[in-house]
Amino acid sequence: MPKVKPLPRGVAMVGAGMSKFGAFAEKNSRDLFVESYKAMTKSVDKGFDPSRIDAMYVGNFSSDQFEHQAHIAPILADAIGLLPIPATRVEDACASGGVALRQGVMAIASGMADVVLVGGAEKMTALNTAAVTEALATAADVPFEIPAGFTFPGFYAAMASAYMAQYGMKSEHLMNVAIKNHDNAALNPNAQFGVTIQTWMEGRVAAALKKGKPAPTWSSIWDFLHDESGNPIIAYPLRLFDCSPVSDGAAAILLVAEEIAHQFTDHPIHIIGSAQASGSALHDRPSLTSIPAAKTAAANAYEMAGVTAKDIRIAEVHDCFTIAEVIASEDLGFFAPGEGFKAAEDGMTARNGAKPINTSGGLKAKGHPVGASGVAQAVEVWKQMQGQAEARQVDGDVSLALTHNVGATGSTCTVHVFERRN
Amino acid sequence: MAEVTTIRPFTAAAFNQYLAEHKLMTVKCTKCDSVYAPPRAICPKCHSEEMEWVEASGKGKLAGFTVIYSGPTFMVEQGFDKKNPYVSGIVELEEGTFISARITGLDMSKPAEIKVGTPLKVDFVEFGEGDAKKTYLAFKA
Repeated sequence: MPKVKPLPRGVAMVGAGMSKFGAFAEKNSRDLFVESYKAMTKSVDKGFDPSRIDAMYVGNFSSDQFEHQAHIAPILADAIGLLPIPATRVEDACASGGVALRQGVMAIASGMADVVLVGGAEKMTALNTAAVTEALATAADVPFEIPAGFTFPGFYAAMASAYMAQYGMKSEHLMNVAIKNHDNAALNPNAQFGVTIQTWMEGRVAAALKKGKPAPTWSSIWDFLHDESGNPIIAYPLRLFDCSPVSDGAAAILLVAEEIAHQFTDHPIHIIGSAQASGSALHDRPSLTSIPAAKTAAANAYEMAGVTAKDIRIAEVHDCFTIAEVIASEDLGFFAPGEGFKAAEDGMTARNGAKPINTSGGLKAKGHPVGASGVAQAVEVWKQMQGQAEARQVDGDVSLALTHNVGATGSTCTVHVFERRN
Repeated sequence: MAEVTTIRPFTAAAFNQYLAEHKLMTVKCTKCDSVYAPPRAICPKCHSEEMEWVEASGKGKLAGFTVIYSGPTFMVEQGFDKKNPYVSGIVELEEGTFISARITGLDMSKPAEIKVGTPLKVDFVEFGEGDAKKTYLAFKA
């Protein structure tokens, strides 16, 4: 286990913003990052001089494969006028954003920087779905996992099959996660799929009628979700609505040393726990129903923060697939092993539940531009903790929140704990 | 009785060379007796660098699986698609370690009836001709 040392210097988030997530043919990752930076600057209550930014870390999985553009960090820094500050691209697959956040925390905690911009950006939709699937597959243990024919939906499907066998879950249970996350995304103007599954289904019927085709006769969203034409199987037991989409998007947050936070806002969000752990390929673990790196990162982040799972009011977790949210809710200690899918079914993870998860819509419905996702999770935490989440705002005080960001099948995991003190 | 062979490097290339010879090889730490597949040059348990290749018995059971309807290009080239899906799985070897492999011999028209825990036996699937021939690790139900 990595040693847990207290942060030598306090770190606070004083601004956060994101681009809209979606498929934008006319925008590259640079354009999206500029949008997220502008949204972030607007969120800083007292404003700030950009020349105060000492360094930038940006999460990006693979602009090389997706845009044929490597070495993206200085390009992004230049696009927002921050040259010549050090700009560093951070790559740990889908956890790139969470790891960039942790690098920013460490830069300030160490005393090497006072003000750090943490970003994440990914432009994925220039490639077709097959090419995106192959690009994502390079995040696996390529020589030993890929020859078996695995794709990323396949890896998480294998985890789901093991979970179903161990705990008696049915694949239908996973649909509760998709329904909830679409319900939340319908209230998030930045979400890629900002519609409920009910609305989605009605849209499919309307489109068929408009084309003069026979309209599908789904009697309910459950009927729709069980139907191969509505919700096709991608990798058994996972269907289309179990999978996060292919997305373009960017996110940006501003971190500062705690002692200067009041210069930026009267309501800073303190980052009191920051942990990262690494794990093996999926086949090299004692169990397929839990992610060891997530459990380690969670334990270390809780210890650093001096809190327990019970204290966390809301969490943004890495739901690249519905089964991943169920497993995350157990690895983070919110529910006992084998209980996560029941908690989702019982509404405990809904916005008005005991432990709201993915109020943003999650990767599933907000979208998953992979390198941006870990930073966009912090953007949702910011909005919820500031009371600025509009129609999806959870009730009461959000004084403690958590983000959980996973790379590949759990070869990397970061967990961050955020606190609002006033 | 498992066969102990002379030392090839503990690399992906050596592992694949063994596969081409229709051998599934594990790597054993001579200090703490831990067994690994795929190969490792350093034991993660005791950090010893004294490893040896040991042929696996080839028996195992299914720990997790998926039926894939839309696979990567090399699987499409091998004739797999939505109408002809394939199974990828994680196999728990008799030796107690796990490995990713293609799973054959299952009825893919009824994926809900495929059972975790199904006993499996090692198999080797070849594709391509001449220099392009590649051997893939598979397990047969």
